[in-house]
Amino acid sequence: MKPARTTLHAWLMLTPAMLLLVGFTHYPAIATLWHSLFTTPRATRPARFIGAENYLALADDPVFWQALWNNLVYAGATIPLSIGLALAMAMWVNGRLAGRTALRIAYFTPTVLPMIAVANLWLFFYTPDYGLLDQLTATLFGWGPTNWIGQQETALGAMIAVAVWKEAGFFMIFYLAALQAVPPNLYEAAAIEGASRLRVFLRVTLPLLGPTTLFIAVNAVINGFRLVDHIIVMTRGGPDNATALLLTHIYELGFRFWDTAAASALTMILLAMLALAAAAQFAFAARRVHYR
Amino acid sequence: MTQMTRRAALVAGAGLLATPALVRAQTVRELTFYYPIAIGGPVPRIIDGYCEAFQRETGIKVNPVYAGNYGETLTKAVTAIRGGAGPHFSVLLAAELHSLRDMDILTPFEEIEGAGDLDAWTRGFFPAFMANSKAGGKTWSVPFQRSTAVYFYNKDWFRAAGLDPEAPPRTWAQLVEAGRRLTQDGKWGVKMSSSAGNGQWTFGAMANQAGHKLMNDAGTETYFTDPRAVEAAQFWRSLAFEHRITPQGSIEWGVLAPDFLNQTTAMIWSTTGNLTNMRTNARFNFGVAGLPGKDAPRTVVGGGNLYIFKNASPAERAAALRFARFVAAPEMAADWCMKTGYLATRPEAWETESLRRYTSEFPAALVAKDQIPVATGELSTFENQRVYKALNDNLQAMLSGGKSAQQAMADTQAEATRVLRPFRG
Repeated sequence: MKPARTTLHAWLMLTPAMLLLVGFTHYPAIATLWHSLFTTPRATRPARFIGAENYLALADDPVFWQALWNNLVYAGATIPLSIGLALAMAMWVNGRLAGRTALRIAYFTPTVLPMIAVANLWLFFYTPDYGLLDQLTATLFGWGPTNWIGQQETALGAMIAVAVWKEAGFFMIFYLAALQAVPPNLYEAAAIEGASRLRVFLRVTLPLLGPTTLFIAVNAVINGFRLVDHIIVMTRGGPDNATALLLTHIYELGFRFWDTAAASALTMILLAMLALAAAAQFAFAARRVHYR
Repeated sequence: MTQMTRRAALVAGAGLLATPALVRAQTVRELTFYYPIAIGGPVPRIIDGYCEAFQRETGIKVNPVYAGNYGETLTKAVTAIRGGAGPHFSVLLAAELHSLRDMDILTPFEEIEGAGDLDAWTRGFFPAFMANSKAGGKTWSVPFQRSTAVYFYNKDWFRAAGLDPEAPPRTWAQLVEAGRRLTQDGKWGVKMSSSAGNGQWTFGAMANQAGHKLMNDAGTETYFTDPRAVEAAQFWRSLAFEHRITPQGSIEWGVLAPDFLNQTTAMIWSTTGNLTNMRTNARFNFGVAGLPGKDAPRTVVGGGNLYIFKNASPAERAAALRFARFVAAPEMAADWCMKTGYLATRPEAWETESLRRYTSEFPAALVAKDQIPVATGELSTFENQRVYKALNDNLQAMLSGGKSAQQAMADTQAEATRVLRPFRG
């Protein structure tokens, strides 16, 4: 075959994937960047170029800083908690115990439920007075009614709990699969050496779960910024922005205030943050995670 | 043959009623219409029924699309319109007038072909409900699901606490007094919503109760730092922190009705739109009264109007207007009022036989109507949602104890001034 023909074939084969990538990833990202440099067009005022002014306005916006801080707290709590809980649950249901299948299903159920349904379920749990949580704390500790999602001190924590509950079961499935792939002879060898259970966990199990942990961690980081459906349903970012995250703030700017330019600018910031996080994770992974 | 003549008679009859341009509108086969639901009860079934009745009369099929609460419906309608596949008309918050005009997606009713004598028709609505409809000399919407803020109270509880169930509080002082006697362990004297999308409504009523209006008619200025606005905010804060008759923190709109029906709250500030829901589901004696004022009852109007969008063709606009007239007809408006508790928007509807009979059996329905003369218009400005957010965020901060009333009002005003700057001068 002639080289020109080969090149043509290559391009033809690349085209479908490239069209999708350009149409749904690259073009939107560049268009967002472009729009973030203009004012929002209105009926009587067309868009005009203003450079970085949208970004400067964001820097002046206290809600942006609060959303950023909230999001760091939210991600910082949901990522380790959901991964840790997933690992613990996987170890637990991996062992030989009665009703193992029922337990696995129970842990996995939150993953199957749509987030909107989950949010409405938890809305009932958190209701003051007659909600499940208040009834529990009243019987166990004799506490009075608590407005879990209506006060600034507890609202973000309540949202984190829902996210962890929703995610842990999903991550558990991956850990469970990985655990079952660990060769039993390694454990037998460790037993002959007389290693303690903790040592076996740290030296055998955990390293072999490395690739799985990386995969889960990447997903957890993405979800730490992406999983906001329940916040929209339960608090809409309130009270007084206590549960506002970057994505809920983008939604608010874009679809409630119709300030699409400011929303574009904030989207670019979120994009940059996620790109940095992904780069850091893969750089770390290249050094520490061992694939067999 | 007889069928033919009957149809001919119908067409002739319709022709008499409608102006010539409306006949052209009959080429329209289908309309899409978005509506929000902000109250309990089987609203979709009622709306479907009206659309079917309209189709029987005109042959035009109206597809009603339930689109969430007011905020969600606004978002969906605007997004769909910008995407080029929007509804032809929609029920949206009456207070969104200025924001919607700024987006340039509305058709003024004057520019619809065959609008006929628009003035005579619009004068037939209660003036308080038309307050958010006219701007720049044009009519941009007509009232549909309108209400006033009222409060529901538990008569059995009033009796148990030694209060006269037939003399509910009319002033702030009486409200505090009654609240103190009604509040017990785990049971609250009064609740009003401060959540996103509702706090501004409650606060609009409170400002009116202190004798204050929060914005100018052009929607370009707000007056939150006025001493009377601060007084209203201070009053709300005192209910939670000083008198402790309402919970601290923000309260969702959605929990008010269940709280009242589950008898965990003695009084809820709600809408007349919930009247039928309460009547159906309350297992105790309850009363309805106008919101107490600083000196005498004062309240705020609320609810949604029918807007017709620019993206509809001239014939579709005319058909949408026809639907608006259809549901505003006295018998229809009376039916809507009885089935939901929303107020019939035209005085003539209250003169119909059916509504007269209903109000004589259920006088509570009249309470809401009697509030119309002491009601103010809803907070309505350009960048409406931004001003709402500024106010609601600050109210929530104030009610969780983070800010003083003074501070909350000053911060709201600063943000509102910043947001409204491009619309002044």
